[in-house]
Amino acid sequence: MGIAHKFGDDINTDYIIASKRKRDTVDPKKLVRFLMEDIRPGFGGTVQPGDFLVAGENFGCGSAMEIAPMVVVGAGIQAVLAKSFARTFFRNAVNLGLLLVTCDTEQITGGDELALDLEQGLVRNLTRRVEIPFQPLPALMKKIVQAGGVIPFLESDEGRALLPLL
Amino acid sequence: MGQTISEKIFSSHVKREVTAGDILFTPLDLMMSNDASFPLVLEALQKIRGYTLKEARKLVLILDHYCPSPSQEVSRIHEDIKAFAHQFGCTLYAEGEGVCHQLIPEKGHIRPGHLVIGSDSHTTTYGALNAFATGVGSTDMAVAIHYGLLWFKVPLSIRIELNGNIPKGVYAKDISLHFIAKVTSRGANGLAVEFSGDTLGKLSMEGRLTICNMVMETGAKAGIMPADEVCRAWLKGKGITDILPVTPDSDAAYAREYTFDISSLEPQVATPHQVDNVHPISEVKGKKIAMAFLGTCTNGRLEDLAVAAQILKGKRIHPGVVLVIAPASRDVMLEACNRGYIQALVESGGMLNAPGCGPCVGALGGVPADGVNVISTANRNFIGRMGNVKASIYLASPATVAASCLTGEITDPREFL
Repeated sequence: MGIAHKFGDDINTDYIIASKRKRDTVDPKKLVRFLMEDIRPGFGGTVQPGDFLVAGENFGCGSAMEIAPMVVVGAGIQAVLAKSFARTFFRNAVNLGLLLVTCDTEQITGGDELALDLEQGLVRNLTRRVEIPFQPLPALMKKIVQAGGVIPFLESDEGRALLPLL
Repeated sequence: MGQTISEKIFSSHVKREVTAGDILFTPLDLMMSNDASFPLVLEALQKIRGYTLKEARKLVLILDHYCPSPSQEVSRIHEDIKAFAHQFGCTLYAEGEGVCHQLIPEKGHIRPGHLVIGSDSHTTTYGALNAFATGVGSTDMAVAIHYGLLWFKVPLSIRIELNGNIPKGVYAKDISLHFIAKVTSRGANGLAVEFSGDTLGKLSMEGRLTICNMVMETGAKAGIMPADEVCRAWLKGKGITDILPVTPDSDAAYAREYTFDISSLEPQVATPHQVDNVHPISEVKGKKIAMAFLGTCTNGRLEDLAVAAQILKGKRIHPGVVLVIAPASRDVMLEACNRGYIQALVESGGMLNAPGCGPCVGALGGVPADGVNVISTANRNFIGRMGNVKASIYLASPATVAASCLTGEITDPREFL
């Protein structure tokens, strides 16, 4: 279980973590307090491990820099739920083992208590007592996320089997 | 069913026929990283036990985002990257050489049919040379340089057909903003964009690089242009002649197709704070500006400096405007010096930065004041992009930026051409 923090459409990577903050350090732990600072000052200081980020369309658009999902991971976010994700954010999250859920987020408001049921592909909104279905990831992506990211995946037996492709 | 350019490029790399939607691991031709993203690549490499950098010779490292270094921390990062490049034998372009997306094509690293990644979203730029080039994160980059391959979903493609002559005062940037408004900032998310139409033949390589740079702002994974005579001649100028252009099959399947008539287009401006908030100049002219920025991987090339110099030569910019100029590369800067463009720009009141990204990402070299409107040739106008959340950024062509410098307000460049 965790608390939902609701954001709008087109949350870009500069909003997630401002460019000027990542100039001097790329340590996610040091950057967590600046999470979303330009659009919700103080947010980074209040978010709790296990919470959820919930957004509309095109979450993570903009820069391909992995620091954005890294800071989300650093904040202990359990999963990001959005109607859609920008592709670079999506693949960076998969590579880091950060869980992204593409679903109808209209039925979630900020402060709602949520629980994820990965087996059944359901987001349970415990506050509003509704269940929101989501599509599971394609098989290869799911394996990468479950392995904890693309590096652990490629270090696994299944991953190593792919390497002779070179 | 025939194949799109993207499907052909992925097929040639995995040596079997693949279709949009397939998820696969593939070898790559080139990897690019810069001083903004490479520190994270180094961290990601630490997760790979005994990393070897099998593919280091394909890696190009560029110091461009924070140059000259504004802090001890950045100086240390620069030293680390140089040491890494030296240790593993990667190609390095150090401080002052220019912006990554100018240098990679300019220095002849791209050929038609290449599959390229860069740990920077505007890597799409290289698609102007008939390559599939896309932005990735730092874990992706670490995986690519160690294992020599990377996973991809072969994208569906959309087609953007640009037809008609380009009117006076209208440039590649205006064309880009025009199609971004229609496609929207997320309309091509995860898709490849293939460009076609007779307008392409009327664009220089520089203009094409601008368009493939800006296509990222539709969410596209790549933007790809045909390798026509202009492209071949440009590559030949870099000593690249043995090329194999990739063309789509006539029955290739596209998710969507758009057609634009460029002949009636007027200059365009993206208003704050989204790149797809696009308006024709007639709707936004008269808006007061206090800062202007001419440069970036979008519009810091020679023809961009040329048109700005043409408009500003022999005149003084409005006393209420700060104009910052950053040529896209050292070669661009030198040629702009030779041709008198830099002289004209500086004499008019502009301030010259070293080649690099600087103000575009709020890193250094020109941070706007509170409440200020900025007109910029960059590719993004997000809140805080230039380092101040209280500034508002308008995006336009170099001609519109230069004309606006003269009047202190957003101005139709056709009044000065």
